Amino acid sequence: MLKIADKEFSSRLFTGTGKFNSSKLMEEALIASGSELVTVALRRVDMNNADDDILIHLKHPSIDLLPNTSGVRTAKEAVFAAQLAREALETNWIKLEIHPDPKYLMPDPIETLLATEELAKLGFVILPYIHADPVLCKRLENAGASAVMPLGSPIGSNKGLKTIDFLEIIIEQSKVPVIVDAGIGSPSDAAKAMELGADAVLVNTAIAIAGNPVQMAIAFKMAVEAGRMAYHARLGKQGNFAVASSPLTAFLDE
Amino acid sequence: MSSFKDLFETYTWDDVKESIYSKTKNDVERALHTSRRNLEDFKALISPAATTYLEPMAQLSQQLTQKRFGKTIQLYIPLYLSNECTNICTYCGFSLDNKVRRKTLTEDEILQEVKVIKSLGYDHVLLVTGEANQTVHVQYFKKVLKLIRPYFAQVSMEVQPLDTEEYVELIPLGLTSVLIYQETYHKEDYKKHHPKGKKSNFNYRLETPDRLGQAGIHKMGLGVLIGLEDWRTDSFFTALHLNYLEKTYWQTRYSLSFPRLRPFSGGLEPKVEMNDKELVQLICAYRLFNEEVEISLSTRESEKFRNHCVQLGITSISAGSKTNPGGYAVEPESLEQFEISDERSPFEIAAMIRSKGYEPVWKDWDKVMQC
Repeated sequence: MLKIADKEFSSRLFTGTGKFNSSKLMEEALIASGSELVTVALRRVDMNNADDDILIHLKHPSIDLLPNTSGVRTAKEAVFAAQLAREALETNWIKLEIHPDPKYLMPDPIETLLATEELAKLGFVILPYIHADPVLCKRLENAGASAVMPLGSPIGSNKGLKTIDFLEIIIEQSKVPVIVDAGIGSPSDAAKAMELGADAVLVNTAIAIAGNPVQMAIAFKMAVEAGRMAYHARLGKQGNFAVASSPLTAFLDE
Repeated sequence: MSSFKDLFETYTWDDVKESIYSKTKNDVERALHTSRRNLEDFKALISPAATTYLEPMAQLSQQLTQKRFGKTIQLYIPLYLSNECTNICTYCGFSLDNKVRRKTLTEDEILQEVKVIKSLGYDHVLLVTGEANQTVHVQYFKKVLKLIRPYFAQVSMEVQPLDTEEYVELIPLGLTSVLIYQETYHKEDYKKHHPKGKKSNFNYRLETPDRLGQAGIHKMGLGVLIGLEDWRTDSFFTALHLNYLEKTYWQTRYSLSFPRLRPFSGGLEPKVEMNDKELVQLICAYRLFNEEVEISLSTRESEKFRNHCVQLGITSISAGSKTNPGGYAVEPESLEQFEISDERSPFEIAAMIRSKGYEPVWKDWDKVMQC
């Protein structure tokens, strides 16, 4: 089981709600994925409306909502957004996303750290979305983040694990769960992240814009399970040097 | 401080035009096969040589758009606040020399309009006026923003260019984005089409996006009025402008739109015709050039054309638009800025979007982003 703050998850696949061609299809795909934590952008939902189309389709006993602050540009806006989400959606969990760059949606490390410090004081369970920066991950952990969410490649790019060398360092060093977020474009990318030892992955675009989102959600579910199992089973070493059938040093034992 | 004007002045219209029209099929194929496209690739994609590559361009445009925006289309609606105008624009129904009754909505009238717009389901409104600085000025806009902000998640504005300080005053009151079309980047033709009024100052208009960027606006929309001059050359300058702005004001989002000249009271025949095929070419070329830019299509276009464009690369659409002040509730028969072509209701447009396998998005912004 994966434990983040006070919650346990049997699924290590977290999902998002954007880019689906209907809320109904989104709901079907999320259920098929087995995901228990689903992120939703505050800017897309009407928090004062109990009949909001997206929120209605996310009302399942097995699904916890993870509101995200996507769209904010500063720590101040993020803190304000988190407070509103806590009140309206009755959860103190927040996926902290601060990307002042609307083109590539690159997360702002400085504002993210500032917001994490502030939100920790306010009692939030904070999951910050960040670049795959090992030092920043440690700083966020110390500031009170309950997990870190480094990116695999630019958000929505489906380019996979371009930051793999840094993800390995982050996973090795982290005391909080590491959730690889952004860029995961195929089930094999998700399996790879899990094989590396990531605690979970978050996938949205790759499922939402697939030819068959429900089927793709199931494929991701299986890939995450397979990757986690492979991590536990411990992969055989990849050798940089061959073991010769006639060893050069064999004579020493003669 | 430098502005786009400095960069713009290093180009000449004729050289750019010649460069676009001399692009070859090789140039187009190179532009199609590369992953990061530059301005030269954009020229190739809008060139006559690319007209035989429409289908691969459309396929690619669809893929790139879905990757970034998913299968969603945003919806917005214009709210015309005033048709008063002190400019002469040869192509516009609000032009000063057009002898029609002028109207600027009062606060009560605005609220009546808002009520109808809300009943249609909208959460994003675009405020539109002519340029009448005696009556429709920054104080008026401040009043309007305060009045309507409680009703909408997102408020955009398409009014006369303002000074940086004026934008700075309006943004905290809920102004999210500003659309400012250059109309044409052809300096001499611009003068011909804007003989009188503040709008005749080409450079002041050209530098408006810089002022908006300096003021810290969240989103701005660019574009030209298609029909005034060679659309290919004008579109290149739009792309150049977009490129410059993205690098300079990197925290701002951008959108593009390409209104084609429509019939209006007082009528100007387009100097340059752009057919549907060419408009599709332009939409796809913009998408291939810039995967992140939002692309908007207005009700100026026909029902059939809009139905197909949903899948081609556009990301936002208006529906049920009235282009006259008071058009929704107060005074439905007042002067329109131009005739709309797609008369369907927002409900019908949303159903059409769904039938294409896309989701209509009514809300994609929240006031919390401007606290």
